[in-house]
Amino acid sequence: MHIDTRERNYIVLSVLLMLIFATALMVSAFAYGIQVPVPYERVDPRTVATPGASPWGNPVEERVRELAPNKYEAYILAQAWVFLPNKITIPKGSSLTLYVTSKDVQHGFNIQGTNINMMILPGQVSTLTATFDKPGTYNIVCNEYCGVGHQTMYATIEVQP
Amino acid sequence: MYKTSDKLTAWYIGIGMAALFVGGSLGPLQKLEHVGINLYTALNSIGLASYYQGLTIHAVLNALVWTTFFIVGFFTFIIPRSLEKPLTMPKLNGLSLILMVVGLVMAAIPILMNLATVLFTFYPPLKANPFFYIGLVLVVVGSWVAGYGFYATYLSWRKEHKGEQTPLIALGSIITMVMWQIATIGVAIELLVFVIPWSFGLVAGTDPQLNRTFFWFTGHPLVYFWLLPAYISWYCMVPKQAGGKLFSEPLARLVFWLFLALSVPVGLHHQFVDPGVPQGWKIVHFVLTFSLFIPSMITAFTVVASLEIGGRARGGTGLLNWVRYLPWGDPSYAAQNLAMILFVFGGIGGLTNASYNMNLAIHNTMWVPGHFHLTVGSAVTLTFFGIAYWLVPMLANKPLWSAKMGVWQAWTWFVGMLLMSNALHIIGLNLSVPRRTMLGAAPYAATDWQPMLIEAAIGGTILGISGLLFYINMMGTVLQKKRLETPIEMPVAEVYHAEEPVPNWLDAWRPWIVVTVLLIVVAYGPVLVNLLSNMQLTSPGFKLW
Ligand code: HEM
Ligand SMILES: [Cu+2]
Ligand SMILES: [Cu+2]
Repeated sequence: MHIDTRERNYIVLSVLLMLIFATALMVSAFAYGIQVPVPYERVDPRTVATPGASPWGNPVEERVRELAPNKYEAYILAQAWVFLPNKITIPKGSSLTLYVTSKDVQHGFNIQGTNINMMILPGQVSTLTATFDKPGTYNIVCNEYCGVGHQTMYATIEVQP
Repeated sequence: MYKTSDKLTAWYIGIGMAALFVGGSLGPLQKLEHVGINLYTALNSIGLASYYQGLTIHAVLNALVWTTFFIVGFFTFIIPRSLEKPLTMPKLNGLSLILMVVGLVMAAIPILMNLATVLFTFYPPLKANPFFYIGLVLVVVGSWVAGYGFYATYLSWRKEHKGEQTPLIALGSIITMVMWQIATIGVAIELLVFVIPWSFGLVAGTDPQLNRTFFWFTGHPLVYFWLLPAYISWYCMVPKQAGGKLFSEPLARLVFWLFLALSVPVGLHHQFVDPGVPQGWKIVHFVLTFSLFIPSMITAFTVVASLEIGGRARGGTGLLNWVRYLPWGDPSYAAQNLAMILFVFGGIGGLTNASYNMNLAIHNTMWVPGHFHLTVGSAVTLTFFGIAYWLVPMLANKPLWSAKMGVWQAWTWFVGMLLMSNALHIIGLNLSVPRRTMLGAAPYAATDWQPMLIEAAIGGTILGISGLLFYINMMGTVLQKKRLETPIEMPVAEVYHAEEPVPNWLDAWRPWIVVTVLLIVVAYGPVLVNLLSNMQLTSPGFKLW
């Protein structure tokens, strides 16, 4: 089959370019410890918010816990159209491990200005750990359509100096 | 000879254009809402309940109805002409039209009654009226039936032309339909096995993660179903319109086969941030997605080289000066060339979306609509407008009402889209502004979003005007009394190196189908087995609008 020499060289170059891109991305993903949510645990969305049935059934004030100095975990329940708890306060430099699930429909969970961005699905738990070095207020925004009140669904993380 | 198929084509593309008219007119409203000009309260009186009902209408009509109807109509027109043979089973193609129209009406009623405000991705457990889903299934099944009509025509052509190569236009079209047939199995399972019984209340729960995975099995190849018909026009028709020739036909064939094999096993790149999908499989799909870079790069080279032949034949010289000699005054040409340019940006953005780590920054932000308005909203839609500029006159046997207005339409779309998509990309990437959100009413909306949202609103308004120019031109064409003096012919580009034979493996179905199925089994088999064996049908439905 006839392939023009210039076109042949160009295709070889494209293949090389693709391999370089893909490798660079993989390397940087591992080097920077890029995290995506991975299967953690299944829950039953119908009962997950029942008191005593799961950490998401605990009173809202008890869902954020300090495990060690500067090491926090938060069990956040997404539901139309709030995150509960909807305000988390931690000191600067803390690491925060998030466990988020939904008791109704799909929601999004994007901490603005960070790389934390995950889907929240009923029946699944999305978990990631983030470290907050800069003080300030971070918005957690629901970025998946979840009904007519979707645009009002957000929470905040207060990182204290 | 082509009377029946031409009549069908006219119906398909007429309905498609009507859908885009309704769906498209909501686009500018969304953009204006984002900058605080809320026209939705005014529309309450005519029955539009919310921003989100409008957004459902916008995306279902534009991305699902306009595209599918136009594509099936376009294929009904070009396959018989490419094979020089009328449809062998025209009744089947007629049935397809009926099924698609019935499905469209059945889905439209609940949408308009605000019973299906679930957006075009209808992620469970948001639960719409069952007839919404049944209508969508009928539209898809109707498109399958059209495919069966094309296969029948093609098989009988092959019997009559033993040993001959399939003409490229027909081959590309049939490959597209076969890919679509395979790809839509995902959404068919999602709807028929899980969602429809659940929406009727026959089963109490569904598994959202499993349903999403079936959805994206279809959702990604869907974009190639939109794009490949545009490629057919770029490879096989636009070079002719530019006075050039198709530079390397064998590579064009290879590209279509590669899209058949690679379109499906990449869908997980839409689910990088899903909690229930194992990381290893996300990476496999990420790598496979990158392999789609190759057929796209080949397309860029071959199409530009084919146009260059035209530019030089028309007197152009120099390294780039030939570009000015291309037929920019022809609206069909101008629209499609501008569509190609916008697609370059769309392609670069697409690489970003598919990049495992970049995806975190842009998933479900305004970057995403910024991206797909360049692809389906421009590369595809503007190319289809370009095709309509010769196809509608040919079908109506009337000259295009105004070529000048057509050229203006193409350029305004180009400028409007550059403004809108540029702004949406920036606010998505830098400011994490969420998509599918009534931003004008969001309590967390920040003032530093405003400048870009204003740019996007200006772009959206220009796009709205551009759309109007298209419809005025189409109406003017169809309603005028003037007839064509010289008949129009379907543009078919000659092949540059016609003396070189095309190898047989580029006209053989079996090996390519085997590769396609194998790749799907490898890339999706374990994921689906895992999700199915851990399935928990625990989510009841919710109507939250
Ligand atoms: C008149 C020109 C258009 C304008 C001004 C426009 C504007 C918009 C805007 C602002 C959004 C984002 C809304 C949001 O995320 O809240 C959107 C979404 C969308 N548009 Fe368009 N659009 C136009 C034409 C088109 C065309 C031609 C297509 C496809 C053929 C299209 C397909 C879509 C789709 C699929 C969505 C996504 C909806 C979703 O996320 O559920 N649009 N459009
Ligand atoms: Cu939400
Ligand atoms: Cu939401």
